[in-house]
Amino acid sequence: MAKVTLTVNGRRVSEDCDDRMLLVHFIRDKLGLTGTHVGCDTTQCGTCVVHMDGRSVKSCSVLAVQAAGSDVTTIEGLAAQGDLHPVQAAFKEHHGLQCGFCTPGMVMTAVDMIHRHGGQLDEATVRHELEGNICRCTGYHNIVKAVLAANADMQAGREAAE
Amino acid sequence: MYATSYHRASSVEDAVKLRGEHEEGRYLSGGMTLIATMKQRLAAPSDLIDLRHIPDLKGVSVDGRNVRIGAGTPHADVAGSSMLRSVCPAICALAGMIGDPHVRHMGTIGGSIANNDPAADYPAAMLGLGATIITDRRWLAADDFFTGMFETALEEGEMVTAVTFEAPEKAGYAKFANPASRYALTGVFVAKRGDGVRVAVTGAGADGVFRHAGMEAALAETWSPDSVAGTEVAPADLLSDMHASPDYRANLVKVMAKRAVMAAG
Amino acid sequence: MGVEGIGARVTRKEDKRFLTGKGRYTDDMSVPGMKHACFVRSPYAHARIRGMDTTAAREMPGVIGILDGRQLQADGIGNLICGWMIHSKDGSPMKMGAWRPLAYETVRYVGDAVAIVVADTYAEARDAAEAVTVDYEELPAVTEAVSALQAEAPQIHPEAPGNLIFDWQIGDPEATDRAIASAAHVTEIKIHNNRLSPNPMEPRSTLGIYDAAEEHYTCYTTSQNPHVARLVMSAFYNVAPENKLRVIAPDVGGGFGSKIYIYPEEIVCLWASKKTGVPVKWTSDRTEAFLTDAHGRDHVSTVKMGFDADHRIVGLKVDTIANLGAYMSLFSSAVPTYLYATLLSGQYAIPAIHANVRTVYTNTVPVDAYRGAGRPEATYLLERTMETAARELGLSPAELRRKNFIRSFPYQTPVIMNYDAGDYEASLSAAMQAADWDGFPARKAEAAERGKKRGIGMSCYIEACGIAPSAAVGSLGAGVGLWESAEVRVNAVGTIEVLTGSHSHGQGHETTFAQLVAERLGVPIDSVNIVHGDTDKVQMGMGTYGSRSGAVGMSAVVKALDKVEAKAKKIAAHMMEADENDIVIENGELKVAGTDKTVPWFQVALSAYTAHNLPAGMEPGLKETAFYDPANFTFPAGCYIAEVEVDPETGKTQIVQFVAADDFGNIINPMIVEGQVHGGLAQGIGQALLEEVRYDPESGQLLTASYMDYAMPRADDLPSFDLSHQNTPCPSNPLGIKGCGEAGAIGSPPALINAITDAIGTNDLTMPATPMKVWLAMQANH
Repeated sequence: MAKVTLTVNGRRVSEDCDDRMLLVHFIRDKLGLTGTHVGCDTTQCGTCVVHMDGRSVKSCSVLAVQAAGSDVTTIEGLAAQGDLHPVQAAFKEHHGLQCGFCTPGMVMTAVDMIHRHGGQLDEATVRHELEGNICRCTGYHNIVKAVLAANADMQAGREAAE
Repeated sequence: MYATSYHRASSVEDAVKLRGEHEEGRYLSGGMTLIATMKQRLAAPSDLIDLRHIPDLKGVSVDGRNVRIGAGTPHADVAGSSMLRSVCPAICALAGMIGDPHVRHMGTIGGSIANNDPAADYPAAMLGLGATIITDRRWLAADDFFTGMFETALEEGEMVTAVTFEAPEKAGYAKFANPASRYALTGVFVAKRGDGVRVAVTGAGADGVFRHAGMEAALAETWSPDSVAGTEVAPADLLSDMHASPDYRANLVKVMAKRAVMAAG
Repeated sequence: MGVEGIGARVTRKEDKRFLTGKGRYTDDMSVPGMKHACFVRSPYAHARIRGMDTTAAREMPGVIGILDGRQLQADGIGNLICGWMIHSKDGSPMKMGAWRPLAYETVRYVGDAVAIVVADTYAEARDAAEAVTVDYEELPAVTEAVSALQAEAPQIHPEAPGNLIFDWQIGDPEATDRAIASAAHVTEIKIHNNRLSPNPMEPRSTLGIYDAAEEHYTCYTTSQNPHVARLVMSAFYNVAPENKLRVIAPDVGGGFGSKIYIYPEEIVCLWASKKTGVPVKWTSDRTEAFLTDAHGRDHVSTVKMGFDADHRIVGLKVDTIANLGAYMSLFSSAVPTYLYATLLSGQYAIPAIHANVRTVYTNTVPVDAYRGAGRPEATYLLERTMETAARELGLSPAELRRKNFIRSFPYQTPVIMNYDAGDYEASLSAAMQAADWDGFPARKAEAAERGKKRGIGMSCYIEACGIAPSAAVGSLGAGVGLWESAEVRVNAVGTIEVLTGSHSHGQGHETTFAQLVAERLGVPIDSVNIVHGDTDKVQMGMGTYGSRSGAVGMSAVVKALDKVEAKAKKIAAHMMEADENDIVIENGELKVAGTDKTVPWFQVALSAYTAHNLPAGMEPGLKETAFYDPANFTFPAGCYIAEVEVDPETGKTQIVQFVAADDFGNIINPMIVEGQVHGGLAQGIGQALLEEVRYDPESGQLLTASYMDYAMPRADDLPSFDLSHQNTPCPSNPLGIKGCGEAGAIGSPPALINAITDAIGTNDLTMPATPMKVWLAMQANH
């Protein structure tokens, strides 16, 4: 049992947990942030993706104690209450979700992807970058569209800001 | 996952000391294989010694043609190192093919080679580059390091701290991914160096990563994708599973070798 | 069409909660005192249980209780059932073996549950589950249906000698034999339809809560049909009477058929909650999902199709063996019979058809409906046969199909179905044009220059959806009616709740059902809420599967809206002193036609509830319920074309183009319909290229028990899709809807395999066409 302290969605949290507790369970069960999901046991499906210290990680494959001291962002912390991040807005606009279960991981992945590629994304790159996220509903068609649209929107936003 | 105790090491010395105190302990680097294995209850270390917060284990340095990659460097950092790309783009490309973006943010080169999964990518690069594996206590040639499937020359408690190699004249990697896991069904790393050619194959060998002498000789004589065609790959030495028969893997070894040479230019 | 009415591309009302992490799935539920369950499962495919020792496990940290099947039986909990009776051709009823929620005599597949452990945390429950010692006597196992029919095969259930569940037929055997004997050409082919795991991304989960004071049970569960779950758990499994059992299916993360059925875990967690006195939650991990979620497909068939000299089909003879696994799941018997063989006429006029189907027990997880359910098997069989025949006859695939298309409706097939409307030529032409079929030879030549083998293939599918007319399915053996219900509740201020027995687990009902109301009443969709998935809130309903929510569920809403409108018109007429027959509803107002007299919708609603001035004798309130029972199945149909490039060195197939031309009848929301097609295509393409459940035939161990070995389609396996619609409205329901949920999974596999076999020049290739298989086929061809 350890006291694990980290920052989640800008808030400092401190909880007792077993050393074997995974970050995803810490987020879901200790913090009640149930937007981060578990869809497989083998680090493949990506429904558990969160950002840790600015990088996308699979929270099902990180122990909560490993994340102690880190800054974690989950789907709940991506936009202010009631608002949608441009990626979330693009998923809605382009019907990039159906059952919604893979969606938080997809969105967190897309945000990370768009940041890393600095606006330079095409369909093939997006499809390759989604290798670690499985969706059973959409056939990815509209997810790819949504990511490209969000990328274009965010790029336009960056250019306008310059 | 079975119960375990977590320790965060602050330095290499600290890590080795902690490891020495726990006979059934394991080093934990990125955890992309170890945590998954523990979740499936296929591994049950009593203690985990986390190496992720040891500054000395991180980073890529390039001095002329000499490359050093800290064992704790994540795949994404190897893939994205412009310094490294300028001398050995093949290893950047290989690192960018491991797992997926999230796995590449956590998984490390040291963790990968210490685990020596028969379908992992890095062992092929290390063997193909003729790299040296640096541990807390010695330097080991890659040829001596990888000793079999999930087997290495590492002794109890020994820890990989870095790898180093001289950038080759040319190198390339081609991988045919398992359609399910996306691990290498067959991956071939080729490198042309001053002292000859090295060809290392992962994903296919029944004993893990291996070098192919016939291809090395053929490519040393003529560095061309076509040189691979005349070589023989013995299916008897290759893995057999539901995804690929030895014959199919033997074919893939040749095709991937050819494509690796093409990628190397 | 208004901006939010029928036909509008409205973005989804439900999206915001999913996008912001506020969706509420079963595993997200937490109640005070809740504890966690882990099941002890058989590691053997077939074994006798000699004993079980839980002594050590009970002493483990956190353990609250360990319960087994004998205790369950002693408490009167019943065995699981199959709800559709099929009779063999000799008149005998199907042979149903006992399926105990927790096995205590014999286990019959790897993963069969034998005990439940309840503990403070899941990790502790799992630790203790491992400490339960079960003394098994391993028995020989059989996993393949054909092998299970062999004389020496292990016997799985005493009730089913030779492992044969039923030997059923449809059509006219003699007429078909005569037709084939007289044919100018007979195409013969063997068809294997690969076994699949549905894999909704949300694993199954259930939370059982027993309230001792009220003697009441609440079951949160990942269900496509919570009312059916309640009915079956009450009437057949004896968990609790219906009035003491509330079933809630909150947000559900995909189903694809696998969440229709009532599994042992729901029953056992409810019972365990009573036994242990704590709420009990169980959530499957992915390996358990592979081991225990009902699988799909798994047919082996032989086919003979006869043609006359003019290339018209004269007869079709099919012999199928279907693997139903270790136990008969809820709808398993209907899938390889009435959902399969009744579609064997396809889009073609075939005067004589005969199909014989034998279903078989094996030591594998039960097989039941998976997206398409029987219809993909029929379509794959027919369209592979048509393609092969075209090649043998030297005709273009389109020409052979066109020659045999049904062109006038209604059309009675020899296998029960009466097709009501369709235009198969329209979809074929649209698909060929979209795919630039005529330009293919040039593309093939260009690909050859790049060292790639390019191929093109088509598939013309038909499905029976809108399941189903209750009397018809009742006469065929169904244990339930397949109508749907709706209640439209107009609130006093005019906002509206629609309570539907349909269940949305990705389909977007919260939006499309609201669009229907917006269309009818002219109110904004934001003033309409759709309520579903809770047996305490919603009247009895039958749930969502078989592409039925639009055709059946929304038709029920139409009927309820008819009643609401009629009453509202009466009230408005009374308010405006007009004749109710002159009242029209437009843009949220009730108007007297031809005048400028209007009363806003909300005022009519308010009047209904104030009841100060209603027509004489009228009851207050504005709320109506309707049950809709369809008059016929619906018949979506279409044509798909796949174009592929095969890498001759590795056998890897790349899909370079995929065209889908579908006739779904009228469409409520094209955006959502397209999404349904995309998802169906991905699953069909997954079946064709990637996915296959594999058991070790000797040990019965599941070899594909995780995503390490079961190849799920990922983004880079798939292309973007080219979709179009050719809509002939369905005449049998008020909205003209046919349904769109399964088409993609039904039509796409044969298109892919036809394209690959075209590329590499063989007719002999089984699904999934993995790189190795394609490479081997090319080697064999050399």
